[in-house]
Amino acid sequence: MPKNVLEFEKPIIELEEKIEEMRGLSDRLDISNEISKLEKKVNELRNSVYKNLSRWQIVQIARHPERPYSLDYIYLMTENFTELHGDRNFGDDKALVGGFAELEGKPIMIIGQQKGRDTKSNIYRNFGMMNPDGYRKALRLMKLAEKFKLPVITLIDTPGANPGIDAEERGQAEAIARNIQEMTRLKTPIIVCIIGEGASGGAFGIGVGDRVLMLEYCWYSVISPESCSSILFRSWDYKEQAAEALKLTANDLIKHKIIDRIVPEPQGGAHRNHKEAADLLKQAILEELKPLEKISADKFLELRTKKYSEMGYWQG
Amino acid sequence: MPWFKRTKKNIETQEKKELGEGNWIKCPNCDEILHRKQWEQNLYVCTKCDHHFRIGSEEYFHILFDDGEYKEFDKKVRSLDPLEFSDTKKYSERIEESIKKTGLYDAIRNAYGRVHGKECVISAMDFTFIGGSMGSVVGEKIARAVQRAMKEKCPYIIISKSGGARMMEAAISLMQLAKTAAWLAKLAEQKLPYISVLTDPTTGGASASFAMLGDVNIAEPGALIGFAGPRVVRQATGKDLPKGFQRAEFVLEHGFLDMVVHRKDLKDKLYHLMKFMHN
Repeated sequence: MPKNVLEFEKPIIELEEKIEEMRGLSDRLDISNEISKLEKKVNELRNSVYKNLSRWQIVQIARHPERPYSLDYIYLMTENFTELHGDRNFGDDKALVGGFAELEGKPIMIIGQQKGRDTKSNIYRNFGMMNPDGYRKALRLMKLAEKFKLPVITLIDTPGANPGIDAEERGQAEAIARNIQEMTRLKTPIIVCIIGEGASGGAFGIGVGDRVLMLEYCWYSVISPESCSSILFRSWDYKEQAAEALKLTANDLIKHKIIDRIVPEPQGGAHRNHKEAADLLKQAILEELKPLEKISADKFLELRTKKYSEMGYWQG
Repeated sequence: MPWFKRTKKNIETQEKKELGEGNWIKCPNCDEILHRKQWEQNLYVCTKCDHHFRIGSEEYFHILFDDGEYKEFDKKVRSLDPLEFSDTKKYSERIEESIKKTGLYDAIRNAYGRVHGKECVISAMDFTFIGGSMGSVVGEKIARAVQRAMKEKCPYIIISKSGGARMMEAAISLMQLAKTAAWLAKLAEQKLPYISVLTDPTTGGASASFAMLGDVNIAEPGALIGFAGPRVVRQATGKDLPKGFQRAEFVLEHGFLDMVVHRKDLKDKLYHLMKFMHN
């Protein structure tokens, strides 16, 4: 069995392995009937498990260590990715990658939060938790895109902004606030894609756009379920309950127009097939980009402000 | 005849002054006992150590507007419960209770009036209403206050006092960061000044949006200002926090504030700044 298997994936993966095993025997024995029966069974099982995922289970898929990360999507979706570095102020935040690329031959600016795969790379990437320098680097790249009229694609996958002493000293709040404000006025189309975890201001610091796409098994909210649980129930043990209360899945958020489109993932989640996940996302981005490129900058700025002005529920 | 003669008068017991219940306030910083009247006259600042007590929108409006006169607008905008959020209590009940307890409708109030004769719009936050948290109503009221300032062609001031985004509105409250920032950007395009006054505390979603975006950022002495709260930072880093970490003076030293202003000077300072940026 693979190394990283979630509890609810186990029966499915066990069956899949059994089928593989039987396939190995099939040149000597005629068991194609049994195999197809089992295949049908595993499909049914997969459908029933993935149709009834709890919100907490979705959070777990979003955090799956084999899930494709920003650079995986960038390399699988685009050609000629040319990474750019540094915020021209302080340093180069490794938790945020970005640069020029071509999407089906079309030049774009693509930026994303980057996690690591193992301890070493996670330390290098700071677990995908950005510092102020990361937000300023992202803004610098977005301004570059605006100058040369390139659409901006952002990929969100972070457990939150870095809660460090130095991050606070260098103005984490100001960096995020500035990005959010600049993104509301950036004169080039912005497509935001939530590809994993979307934790609060740390995510939203690169998350304002004309169209917000969200992969099927991701979470996006103002706080992580664990922190929410610790605040509300004074314990980390109620994360499942907190995940339910926060309504943090793509299906929840589209109802409130916080996201505009749910991008399907391969069967069993993006971690089961990186290439297919990237193809699905690429197709969605291309479809969303097309109408945006036809309208004038003034018009989409007006629409962007309107979109965010309408968010919320109040009376009076 | 006694061998000594009393030359001074006896100490006389004067009639005992009655100081009713609740007339004394203890300074949480230096433990000084302050008389309420004196404390109020000193704008809710400790007379001994200058500790700035947390006060609400009503107090700020009285301190800042000429003769304490102002016109409040959009007073009754109130929150709904779109997510049917529930923890130890239902969010809808929490709102209802907070309204009853505080006499406010949400964590921010908008007012229009004059500061030393200069017309302006001021939004002031109330920490007593669910920790000054920003949900749909705070977002909408800031948007409306900006629109009012644009209509009156006058400066805009926000007095922040907030723990951050309102958890009970989850991602919807997160979106208010963009809503408020977008409207402040529109105000900036009209060349109308926006002054941000950060008071104790201003953290999380408030600092990561409108509070840090002033043309001029002012803070009250000692105010806690930051993105992640100090407890979170200590827990995450496992390190001792530097002295004065995330306090106004510290944030000023790191370049994110223009000045730290004593409450008694706030009105004059705001007036002069408005005059510089808007004639």
